Amino acid sequence: MIRSILGRILTATINNSTIITTTTTTTSRTLSHFAFKPDTAAVSDGDTTRMNLFQAINNALEIALVSDPKAVIFGEDVSFGGVFRCTVNLQDKFGKDRIFNTPLCEQGIVGFGIGLAAAGATAIAEIQFADYIFPAFDQIVNEAAKFRYRSGNQFDCGGLTIRTPCGAVGHGALYHSQSVESYFAHCPGLKIVIPRGPIQAKGLLLSCIRDQNPCIFFEPKILYRLAVEQVPVKDYMLPLSKAEVLVEGDDVTLIGWGTQVHVLHEVCEMARDQLNTSCELIDLATIMPWDRETVINSVKKTGRAIVAHEAPLTAGFGAEIAATLQKECFLHLEAPILRVAGYDTPFPHVFEPFYLPDKWKCLEAIRKSINY
Amino acid sequence: MLKLYRSTSFVCNICKNGSKFLSQHSSSSYSNKIRTTFNVNNINLFINQRTFCAESQQQQQQQQSQQSILQESHNVSIINDQNEAEFPGARSKFVTNLQFFDPDHFENIPVYRVMNRDGLVLDEKQDPNLDKEFMTKIYKGMTLLNSMDRVLYESQRQGRISFYMTNYGEEGTHFGSAAAISNNDLVFGQYREAGVLIWRGFEIDKLMAQCYGNSEDLHKGRSMPVHYGTRDLCFVSISSPLSTQMPQAVGAAYAFKRQNQQRVVICYFGEGAASEGDFHAALNFAATLSAPVIFFCRNNGYAISTPTHEQYRGDGIVCRGPAYGIPSIRVDGNDVLAVYNATLAAKKICLEESRPVLIEAMTYRIGHHSTSDDSSAYRSVDEVRSWDQKDHPITRLRKYLEQKGWWDEDLEKCWKNEAKRLVMTAFVKAEKLPKPNYMEMFEDVYDVMPKSLMQQAEELKEHLKIYGGNYPISNFKQN
Repeated sequence: MIRSILGRILTATINNSTIITTTTTTTSRTLSHFAFKPDTAAVSDGDTTRMNLFQAINNALEIALVSDPKAVIFGEDVSFGGVFRCTVNLQDKFGKDRIFNTPLCEQGIVGFGIGLAAAGATAIAEIQFADYIFPAFDQIVNEAAKFRYRSGNQFDCGGLTIRTPCGAVGHGALYHSQSVESYFAHCPGLKIVIPRGPIQAKGLLLSCIRDQNPCIFFEPKILYRLAVEQVPVKDYMLPLSKAEVLVEGDDVTLIGWGTQVHVLHEVCEMARDQLNTSCELIDLATIMPWDRETVINSVKKTGRAIVAHEAPLTAGFGAEIAATLQKECFLHLEAPILRVAGYDTPFPHVFEPFYLPDKWKCLEAIRKSINY
Repeated sequence: MLKLYRSTSFVCNICKNGSKFLSQHSSSSYSNKIRTTFNVNNINLFINQRTFCAESQQQQQQQQSQQSILQESHNVSIINDQNEAEFPGARSKFVTNLQFFDPDHFENIPVYRVMNRDGLVLDEKQDPNLDKEFMTKIYKGMTLLNSMDRVLYESQRQGRISFYMTNYGEEGTHFGSAAAISNNDLVFGQYREAGVLIWRGFEIDKLMAQCYGNSEDLHKGRSMPVHYGTRDLCFVSISSPLSTQMPQAVGAAYAFKRQNQQRVVICYFGEGAASEGDFHAALNFAATLSAPVIFFCRNNGYAISTPTHEQYRGDGIVCRGPAYGIPSIRVDGNDVLAVYNATLAAKKICLEESRPVLIEAMTYRIGHHSTSDDSSAYRSVDEVRSWDQKDHPITRLRKYLEQKGWWDEDLEKCWKNEAKRLVMTAFVKAEKLPKPNYMEMFEDVYDVMPKSLMQQAEELKEHLKIYGGNYPISNFKQN
């Protein structure tokens, strides 16, 4: 019985194609479905410190608070450091009027944050899990996103950033696992950002906080402790709406974000070793407004594209990317654009290993694409 | 006794003046609290009970010491005395009789008024003694709004604007409250508060420009009519979703407090909107985060067709305030002076005590909900007429002014003509102006236009080059 997705690889040849399977060697439920691939900071970035994702976020928040006296952080349980430790020690350093707990009410948290931002403050709100952002959907979609537009740019809530943990975590089931980015991608006026690791998270979060548009910053919670990198100590920002080509390749373009980038990273190696295929890997990083140029240029080069995300397939953000690519790269495409995604079901508990768009499913998509 | 403060009894204390509950449970602490907090035949008592009244001073000190004790002990929940109820969620007393706190046993919270329907001040001490200029400014503002409402309502009926909402019967709540706060206090409104803008000197031209969505509209023609807003006059642009402005107002008030601005935020909403979850969020956040915000409820009896008895079963909106730990008062919304006094006192509490206040202004929606509504489908014409004729804020204020010798029939005629002229001039101007350039549609979605949106804007331009004849281009400003 296959109880874990980690295991020894067996390959077999059926119908002239390689089918890859695993056998289980462990039954631990805590093992993740990917291997974290750390980034390396450039020497020019100066001193670095070893940080995991939650520490990098904590570091970014601290820098934001130091550099901007108007910045405040609030949400459920942030005072004592947060349920994921992202705000640890901040209240001691910056005081109770800057780091504070709110009542347990997501629509209140976001509405309150919009008001703060409208009055000129820098509002950094936390929603404890992305799964619980929906009570604030109205405030985000009808209010935050439209504040500037509807007032003719007289008022805005550009100082608002909403941070929230997202994505699969191994055992989070329906309400501690969701990837909800595409609900918000359909809403003009918002920026949506998802980092893949500590270095990127710090730079992108600082950009979100300082960007003059309401931003939702999704933090892949499975990476909080697992992802460790040497993170630059200095205050730095990474550009929004900029995708990153992590692996250059010629045969297929793989597009992902957050944790899925690491899955795809491994898939690149598997494809090279097992399918003799050269993959180009792109981390989209900003979901809205997304970097169409980088993705389009890559697909024009490779002629093949696979988008992979944890969120369900139908109307997931992969659909937007695929539709754009078929319009912009129609004459370059050698195969249909494939999407490897969560199934169109709620996110299940014990079935998580079967639900996720893991490396085997992604590898199979590459095989189909190149054999098309 | 000390530990009664934050318990359920506190709610009862505040809400239930002279109630049956009292007669059944005549504990001295209960009755004292009631007297000091809500025995308001007298608005000064309401303000001063916190500072001057001897009895309440004692109370206040008690409350303060209680609060400090509670604050200090917030992080610790150790049971000190087995006879005291020391649950972390509420400090209270144990009782051995099984007693539900039945709302039917309480008398409703009284309505504070300064003058009666004949414009007679009932208690001279309550007359804020505002001078002639100030009071005639209020009166002129109310009647100007009324004139504008009539013209724009008709204008919609003739298909000249797409939508309108009048303010009939609620003019007193707008002007009474707006006059009591500073023009730099930030306003978050619902949509029936145009009088606040008029009080602050917003030109009729600009109101009309918004309703017509013309090139002078500050909102660039993007919102429906009556969704006013102006940064210069600290009035946040109105949005249609009800109550969303409420937690936002709390956030803005918190920011003001941190900036030490000595400014308050006033947040208007109807009694229907108070059923939204955002109302709950706002009051709870404002109380726990000590935000200097005035929640101003216009309880006009209806939310479109829904009468209040289908909106709530408690004693209106005001009784909810104390449940959140918010000082609250109910006023006669057709009495400008009562609204003024209460709002002035509320601002004082906000600033001096750094906490929110809830005002429920009782009034009646004389007009239809909007131009898309015929209210005779759900309420009698007689009911509407009785409010219009017997208890109208404009009529009442006029009587007050006449008694002071500040107004008469001649002035009335003269001003009516002048108001009409102002409104019609603005109306004609608004109608003549073109709409903004249609490319404004793409601006301000973000601070900087994303490339993908630029591309869509270009696509529209290209499209119009070919198909422009099918679009009302000539109504729109050309670059």
